[in-house]
Amino acid sequence: MALAIVLVLLVVGSVLFHYLSPWYFTPIASNWDSIDETVTITFWVTGFVFVVVNLFMAYCVLRYRYRKGKLAHYEPENKKLELALILATTVGVVAMLAPGLFAWAKFIEVPKDATVFEVVARQWNFNYRFPGKDGVLGTVDAKYVSDENPFGINPDDPSGQDDVLIASPELHLPLGKPVKLELRSIDVLHDFTVPQFRAKMNMVPGLVTYVWFRPTRTGTFDSFCEQLCGIAHFAMRGKVAVEEESAFQAWLSSYPTYAQSKARVAGDAAAGKALFAVCTACQGAQAEGNPSLNAPKLSGQAPWYLKRQLKNFKDGARGTHEKDVFGKMMAPMAATLTDEAAIDNVVAYIRTLPDNPAPTTVNGNAKNGQDPYVTCAACHGAGGQGIQATNAPRLKGMSDWYMVTQLKNFQHGVRGTNPHDPYGRQMTSMAAILVDDQATSDLVAYIDTLR
Amino acid sequence: MTSITHDESAYVPPAEVEEPELYHPKSFVGKYIWSQDAKVIAVQYAITAIGVGLVALVLSGIMRLQLGFPHAFSFINPSNYLQFVTMHGMIMVIYLLTALFLGGFGNYLIPLMVGARDMVFPYVNMVSYWVYLFAVLLLMASFFVPGGPTGSGWTLYPPQAILPGTPGANWGIVLMLVSLAFFIIGFTMGGLNYVVTVLQARTRGMTMMRLPLTVWGIFMATILALLAFPALFVSAIMMTLDQTLGTSFFMPALVSQGQHLNYNGGSPILFQHLFWFFGHPEVYIVALPAFGIVSDLIAVHARKNIFGYRMMVWAILAIGGLSFVVWAHHMYVSGMNPYFGFFFATTTLIIAIPTALKVYNWVLTLWRGNIHLTVPMLFAIGFVFTFINGGLTGLFLGNVPVDIPLSGTMFVVAHFHMVMAVSPVLVVFGAIYHWYPKITGRMLNDTLGKFHFWVTFLGTYAIYYPMHYLGFLGVPRRYYAMGTTVFVPESAQSLNEAITIAALIVGAIQVVFLYNLIWSYFKGKPAGPNPWRATTLEWQTPHTPPKHGNFGATLPAVYRWAYDYSVPGAAEDFIPQNQPPGKKAKGLEQALDASDLGAQKLDGAGTPKPIGS
Repeated sequence: MALAIVLVLLVVGSVLFHYLSPWYFTPIASNWDSIDETVTITFWVTGFVFVVVNLFMAYCVLRYRYRKGKLAHYEPENKKLELALILATTVGVVAMLAPGLFAWAKFIEVPKDATVFEVVARQWNFNYRFPGKDGVLGTVDAKYVSDENPFGINPDDPSGQDDVLIASPELHLPLGKPVKLELRSIDVLHDFTVPQFRAKMNMVPGLVTYVWFRPTRTGTFDSFCEQLCGIAHFAMRGKVAVEEESAFQAWLSSYPTYAQSKARVAGDAAAGKALFAVCTACQGAQAEGNPSLNAPKLSGQAPWYLKRQLKNFKDGARGTHEKDVFGKMMAPMAATLTDEAAIDNVVAYIRTLPDNPAPTTVNGNAKNGQDPYVTCAACHGAGGQGIQATNAPRLKGMSDWYMVTQLKNFQHGVRGTNPHDPYGRQMTSMAAILVDDQATSDLVAYIDTLR
Repeated sequence: MTSITHDESAYVPPAEVEEPELYHPKSFVGKYIWSQDAKVIAVQYAITAIGVGLVALVLSGIMRLQLGFPHAFSFINPSNYLQFVTMHGMIMVIYLLTALFLGGFGNYLIPLMVGARDMVFPYVNMVSYWVYLFAVLLLMASFFVPGGPTGSGWTLYPPQAILPGTPGANWGIVLMLVSLAFFIIGFTMGGLNYVVTVLQARTRGMTMMRLPLTVWGIFMATILALLAFPALFVSAIMMTLDQTLGTSFFMPALVSQGQHLNYNGGSPILFQHLFWFFGHPEVYIVALPAFGIVSDLIAVHARKNIFGYRMMVWAILAIGGLSFVVWAHHMYVSGMNPYFGFFFATTTLIIAIPTALKVYNWVLTLWRGNIHLTVPMLFAIGFVFTFINGGLTGLFLGNVPVDIPLSGTMFVVAHFHMVMAVSPVLVVFGAIYHWYPKITGRMLNDTLGKFHFWVTFLGTYAIYYPMHYLGFLGVPRRYYAMGTTVFVPESAQSLNEAITIAALIVGAIQVVFLYNLIWSYFKGKPAGPNPWRATTLEWQTPHTPPKHGNFGATLPAVYRWAYDYSVPGAAEDFIPQNQPPGKKAKGLEQALDASDLGAQKLDGAGTPKPIGS
């Protein structure tokens, strides 16, 4: 009796949950309505079977429960009934499969007028490459991949010279135009998906895979990696902004071509020395940092990282949060660097300064910090030396008190929440693994041992 | 009444071969440690599998803590979270379910149910267990090596499985691969035994179409495993070579964290094809024994023949055959040639038809039955309900365009737990409640059993049903933390908390089951030889628990199918398979006169004579 009632309640509850719960598909933002329609058909067919078979079972449990002295009906088989059930099931299967196969045929057939561009995945970020004026993506090969050429573009291929390189996880797309994404991975398996687009495909090193869709409404969406790709898999995310064509073109033209990025002249340290004079007040003459003025050590830090942060401060991607007191002080300083060349110059100068390890100031139990550092090591390296390929700055020998401050800033959303700071966003996911201030101190104390 | 399956015409040919002499050990060690008795080996398999399964259960609890209460526990970090995920999955699928169904239930039930004295190769059978145990120990050792166990997900996809950035890429993955290789070697020894025993050692009169469906399920699953595991075996060897010797079977030219590695020309997708060529049949390696066992549980406890026995057998064969041509439905988004999608979606949805037929026949067995809601029956019905849900969501993932938005999300996790974790485990529980009396001679406690059922059945549904909807929302699987997104509402986190609480309750309640197993062994109600009044041969043994050799002096002869329940005109509502025609079925009191049932003499034919005598 109880079992029959429970079965009925489970059926009713499941159906109610389906209709009443707030968790379901996000509103679609692409042309793949046919996928959603197939899902709806599948729900009707499977829902019908779920309800009917289970209610019938509940009925049987109730109606044919044990009664003393009663015999069960003896009927080994009933071919007609079984055949009828097979036929009905076949009809249901065809009803789901047929629209599914039609939807799939459209899914894999890219329209001729689709705009082609490339998504490149690496642990643990997405980058993008658009063909330049020639409309052709230059050839690539893993052997060309380096910190200076992260996309692995063939330097001798003329069609690659005008490719526009988006070294950022944020992608913009024009509204209403079909796009074909050619998907590529530098290292391991990855995946590119935006839940609202319904489309998704893995990236496989050694192969180029593809997926296509047409964005049907404007907005900013989260993109994800949904193929396990290592420790920071859960933090491998990007943004996709769908906008009008003109805004898209403006965004695209703000990025350099491959030729331009190659031609970037190295910074002029002599010119940078003059610019750095302003910085010495806080950072010290040797850029050794000054805890009492909240200025971290800069000497020895990777140039690409210094450039990124100076740009972040200058462009308002950092140092704008109201609780980021010292970041807000830094922002106007960075603003004195008038252009990218100035940034290059000052960074070039910092590079010439002697790299002495910063003094240890943090009290923590380094032993307890060793375990959580495994996570940090995935990007920053086991020795804390920093890895450009994973966008992770050097930690060892840098100002430890500054790391504590920044980890707390990441934890409390003071840093890394600005939409234009995608790598900072990744750090917010990571800093969250430190459950309290003690854990943060312990971790940094461990980093202090990496010398 | 037209079916031949329950025909009473006594087709009982004379024995073809002389009975083998069994080695009867004298010492405790020979009987219970280095045992060649399939029943003891079965218990060894079961205890080891359940023990390692408990480890995996604890790991799942830790994962749920992280998902329900992210960042509340300092001992869970993104690195060991992946290690927990990986070990949980691999242990549950291979080292628990496969080992328990085939090594555990297969060993115990096949010889007894087909009327054999033991497996045909008892020594190999013994070695099979010890190799399995060695594989388990190797796997457990990976918790203690530098870097810990592999965290590459239970699918072990290269390249990441053997590259830095994935936990356990040095020691852990190699131990995992070598352990799998040993598991497969051990399984092959056991598996050949099960197949040959079913084919060659059935007692007189036990035609294939008189086999209980339990035997059919385990038999077919073993054949699948023998054909599928080699694919995993070679991929394990190949990946081990990639990792240790630097070959490039699965490794293309790549740049890992800024370092150019010395690999070139390999294919990560090749591994996926090999893995799923094993991996999909693996689903049925776990499911088919469950299908078979649950058929028998339902028939016995509903006092009714299984509905459509022959169709059930054909369905098992059809599912087994089809399971080898559906594997790439795990790879719709892998980047393989997209045209494969048409083929694999079609074959996958076709497999739904024989599977659905099985569900119909279970329910139709209940229909017009005389249903005893014993604990095994509760678990059987719980299985049918859970399996219907899990099977139907398979139609979402099998249909290629529907799979696209759902693959890689929590929907997949919910689906496969429902269909190949909870469903088979419910059958395992039902089967243990059902056969424990035969194994130990004592009944399990009924009240504890019912409590165990209700919490497990309702709890697992509360865990996995809502989880599908997180998948629709787009919450990815294998994510240490969801963090902030623009589309996942706060309420999804509340749902995750609720799921975690349900999971912890279900996990904790298994202690009641373990307690019941141990308590009943000493204090349970004596069971007698045939407490469920079942027809199959294991209940007709002269001794309970059966002794080495199973059937006393003479092997039983079989006169009928396994499902003569509630036969009109019969004295009792069951007729044992070894009951000769003409005689009315005996009541339970008489059945206790074991020598009569166990050493069934042939009417007229006399004792079987070996060939050549």
